[in-house]
Amino acid sequence: MDPAQFFAASRVLIVAGKGGVGKSTVSAALARTAARAGLSTLVVEIEGKSGIGSLFGRPAFGYEEVVLHPGGGPEGSADVRARVLTPDDALVEYLEDHGLHRVTRRLMSGGALDVVATAAPGIRDILVLGKVKQLERAGVADLIVLDAPAAGHAISFLRSARGLVDTARVGPINTQAADVLEMLTDPERCQVVLVTLPEETPVNELVDTAFSLEDEIGVSLGPVVVNGVYPPLPGLDADPAAVATAAGLAVAPGELAAMAAAADFRRERTRLQGDQLDRLAKSLPLPQLPLPYLFSTDLGPDHLEALADALGEGIGALDAIPGP
Amino acid sequence: MTSGPAAHPPADDPLGRMLDAHSVVICTGSGGVGKTTTAAVLAMEAAHRGRRACVVTIDPARRLADAMGLAGLTDTPALVEGPWPGELWAMMLDTKSTFDALVATHAADPEQAAAILENRFYRNISGSLSGTQEYMAMEKLYELHTEERFDLVVVDTPPTRNALDFLEAPRRLTRFLDHRLYRLLVSPTRGLVRAVNLAAQTFLRTVSRVVGTEVVHDAIGFFAAFDGMEAGFRERAAAVVELLADPTTAFVLVTAPRADVVEEATFFADKLADAGLEVRALIVNRVHPDFSGQTLGHVVRRAEALAGTPLAPFAANLADFAAVAATEEGHLEGLTGRVAPAPVVRVPFLDSDVHDLGGLDRIAAHLFPDAAERSG
Repeated sequence: MDPAQFFAASRVLIVAGKGGVGKSTVSAALARTAARAGLSTLVVEIEGKSGIGSLFGRPAFGYEEVVLHPGGGPEGSADVRARVLTPDDALVEYLEDHGLHRVTRRLMSGGALDVVATAAPGIRDILVLGKVKQLERAGVADLIVLDAPAAGHAISFLRSARGLVDTARVGPINTQAADVLEMLTDPERCQVVLVTLPEETPVNELVDTAFSLEDEIGVSLGPVVVNGVYPPLPGLDADPAAVATAAGLAVAPGELAAMAAAADFRRERTRLQGDQLDRLAKSLPLPQLPLPYLFSTDLGPDHLEALADALGEGIGALDAIPGP
Repeated sequence: MTSGPAAHPPADDPLGRMLDAHSVVICTGSGGVGKTTTAAVLAMEAAHRGRRACVVTIDPARRLADAMGLAGLTDTPALVEGPWPGELWAMMLDTKSTFDALVATHAADPEQAAAILENRFYRNISGSLSGTQEYMAMEKLYELHTEERFDLVVVDTPPTRNALDFLEAPRRLTRFLDHRLYRLLVSPTRGLVRAVNLAAQTFLRTVSRVVGTEVVHDAIGFFAAFDGMEAGFRERAAAVVELLADPTTAFVLVTAPRADVVEEATFFADKLADAGLEVRALIVNRVHPDFSGQTLGHVVRRAEALAGTPLAPFAANLADFAAVAATEEGHLEGLTGRVAPAPVVRVPFLDSDVHDLGGLDRIAAHLFPDAAERSG
């Protein structure tokens, strides 16, 4: 399907996955792909320190919105902007909006915030999501990409709306939670994109998370992004020593042995990854968007463009999503 | 025996000597770097070395938990049977029951304990107060250490994004319990001066408006019931902090060779240093093998020279991995310098995930010469 159509399907994409699967990288790549398709995109980060800035060749950013990648140019892409939204910022902002005076604000040092947040668990999460909902409603961008907390926490993060609708039965928090829940469960407003690696434990956790999110919260799940898939490299099946002999190439035995070991490693890992991808497809009836392993652990703007290419291709290969 | 990269553990066995010389080992690092597995491997190796070891884990992957007999078992160490002269015990931390026990210990009488345990605000603390899980991990560690049932307790820390949480957890919780707000909340029964009370009332009204009066009522009930227990909690927290600084406690930093993770590990090493604590060892998991042993420039030039020949894909593949190995080493350089003279031990990418004791053995072979010998 056409990327522009894919990203226009819902206003908010929540990107979730276990720590270490490259959730922030995927958030950045999704944002860039959407912007290339002409959608202005805002990346919202919860925890800070994600390194999303450096993927765009920019410094780290904070609460103030920044432009990570200006639009325009021959391809006619749109802006990618970004900001951090911490739960404490959201809580203070919310309390201030609800009539905290200067006197009482003095009480709101870190510990007092903890008391409020402990009194009503999930309040921090709901305020972050409430703020995202507010940004969505205000139409600050065509697409908001939310880099969610790591997997175990992602469930409680999204579950907070359901929980608070029940516990805070009246008052502004209840309204807030109900509004957030409405957004989360409306596929035309919000979808969750889960990220994993093609490895056993991350795949297991992703499958569990997917079912919990659908059953308990009722969010709509977009395609699964599988990060770090070895790109195919044909021609590694033979024995390099035999290949060298047949081609009449004089290559040192040590170098041939290194070539053979590296080829074995790649073949073996490619096979293991394939097994995990199959298992994921069997356990979870969601389309997969593979992202290539880039043979670098130091990702920058060039890598981001390569990932956006791959996402664009993967999305292009998806069938049109039938309506909900 | 499953195949895999050949094991080359450091010959002078720094990790083995570390296990022998300490009674507490704390594994720390960001989420997803194999911290839980590493903690289990260290405890198992200690058992091989004849020690009575217990590993306390926070959130093990299900199959590893099953393999260690941890399924459905919380807060009680379970004996793991195996071919070692020592003992291996494993325990999954349950934040809530650890906290409950702590309340019971410090309460003046069973009534006070019951009043707290039944309070809804208290029940929220274990689930939502930041730092509670970290604090309880340290509390459990302290408890197991002082019981003297074990020669060595290895603890896996929660995958907190913010390393500060872990070191400051004990202080954070006592600060919370000690907070001015606490006094303000219980002040209606204590007759504080009217000015303070007014501010408190304004605050409470605002909070009530936001979260509901019922919720505020629970909080006041909790702090009233907790009255008198702060001192006990504070003392205990001080004892835990002291244990962390004890020379028989070792911090092991676990990382993967990725830029973002190394950055967090470096930040953590700095925080430990600020607290006067040393990193005793750095374990780097999931290291890509360096197949060529040549410089990246050399391997790339060879790939260019062989382009267009039938060996081209092999040379290109070798160059790909040489590039990965070079960037990984580049990332680690600053960190290894930062934790020096702590030994740095690398564990290569394994063929499959670890979910049984055999898998732990395979990792141990990369960390300890004895283990490499056992696995042949």
